[in-house]
Amino acid sequence: MKHLRNLLLMLILLFNLSLSANAEERLRMSTTTSTENSGLLKVLLPPFEKKYNCIVDVIAVGTGKALKIGETGDVDLVFVHARKLEDKFVADGYGVNRRDVMYNDFVIIGPADDPAAVKEALTAAEALKKIAIKQAIFVSRGDESGTHQKEKEIWQAAGIRPEGKWYQSAGQGMGEVIIMATEERAYTLADRGTFNAFKGSRTNLKILFEGEKGLFNPYGVIAVNPKKYPHVKYDLAIKFIDFVTGPEGQGIIAGYNVNSDPIFFIYGKK
Amino acid sequence: MGFVRESFGTAVGLILSLDWEVFSAVRTSVGVALWSIVYSSVLGIPAGVLIGIREFPLKRTVITLLNTLMALPTVVVGLLVYGLISRQGPLGAWGILFTPKAIIIGQTVLAVPIIANYTLSAVRGADNRIISTALTLGASRLQSAFQLTREIRFGVMAAVIAGFGRVISEVGVAMMLGGNIRGYTRTMTTAIALETSKGEFAFGLALGIILMIVALIINLLLNHLQQR
Repeated sequence: MKHLRNLLLMLILLFNLSLSANAEERLRMSTTTSTENSGLLKVLLPPFEKKYNCIVDVIAVGTGKALKIGETGDVDLVFVHARKLEDKFVADGYGVNRRDVMYNDFVIIGPADDPAAVKEALTAAEALKKIAIKQAIFVSRGDESGTHQKEKEIWQAAGIRPEGKWYQSAGQGMGEVIIMATEERAYTLADRGTFNAFKGSRTNLKILFEGEKGLFNPYGVIAVNPKKYPHVKYDLAIKFIDFVTGPEGQGIIAGYNVNSDPIFFIYGKK
Repeated sequence: MGFVRESFGTAVGLILSLDWEVFSAVRTSVGVALWSIVYSSVLGIPAGVLIGIREFPLKRTVITLLNTLMALPTVVVGLLVYGLISRQGPLGAWGILFTPKAIIIGQTVLAVPIIANYTLSAVRGADNRIISTALTLGASRLQSAFQLTREIRFGVMAAVIAGFGRVISEVGVAMMLGGNIRGYTRTMTTAIALETSKGEFAFGLALGIILMIVALIINLLLNHLQQR
């Protein structure tokens, strides 16, 4: 028992040191899975962290949850994509200083042989309508993420309440849903960034509908209101917002690509 | 099945290259698991011994409750602790949500029932004359309880190992309370979940292999100590 105690004490001291060896300031940001999974944050954050000698802690969840964590004051800023929810977040007093950062767009993807003939659709709503009529399998995020919000908008525009065996609400992230749809040869709505990162090696689904204005997918960054939560690191959050919307951050975003496909686009350089 | 074979190669590559992110996830995993095990042992072992040797009303109910708590889903523990330590919660002022401390709290809650239960079983299996003998020999009640714990140390060790297995392999608590922050609260298991969500199955499985190697090393160490 004594040896065990000594060993445990030693291990604990070792790991305690390693766990607490972080003197820099930490900025907490909740964000959507697409910014993290696309790899953008890996290139966007280090220059900022270096410049202000801080560490940005990224909590990557769906947009709905990311905003929720902001509402409870558990992060210092949010970086999400669901304009209506973002405006509500600010209007309800949880966030201040919302700024546009970048955009990409949503695409409807599905099997190459396109059994529901989505390719012939003229609008996104018509495309989903065709899927519903054909009762072709459609995998929905079903997780209140930004993508899920957009999907619900389109179903509403199509005048359809999707129900039935063909409509599968997965409750998972974008990557999981693309993989599920690939396995089931099903349709789904995806953001172009994540799809580009997956296409080829990880999915054989194809883009079957794209380019409509309604599929525009803007990303915004919002600081959590310091008047509501005095403990948030508002100054550092503002520095971050200035950084990603400033020339340096915008340059990194515009230059970032996966397999030479750009993932996100910045405003003013369309 | 292609990715299963690929994952072994990836695992070897990651270990040999001492990949920073993998190393950091291993460190976080082992670090929080060890702390959780220390806390849950401090709480669970005495609780198990006490329930085992004392007679009190509702003892059976307490034992049943303890058994039921072993089935606590990790996400439920995660939710409960989340509600406690979120800024909106009663302990919000501590500001420990999304830090390793939060994971340690959650995993401690997870492991206490297991350690208490295994210890309790060991006490029940022990020679029940140990306590009375120690008392006749002039030991205090506390000393005799210590003596009993010494006698059942193999059972206690099994309790600690079982608890360790539970916390090192769980993903719900680490994900919810840690937030899967790269290089900070990302554990082996949340890293595997993340790689899976990105469709990097081979990489995820490779991390799983590394997790098993780490668990093997720790269990060998514990085993070695037990042999003495």
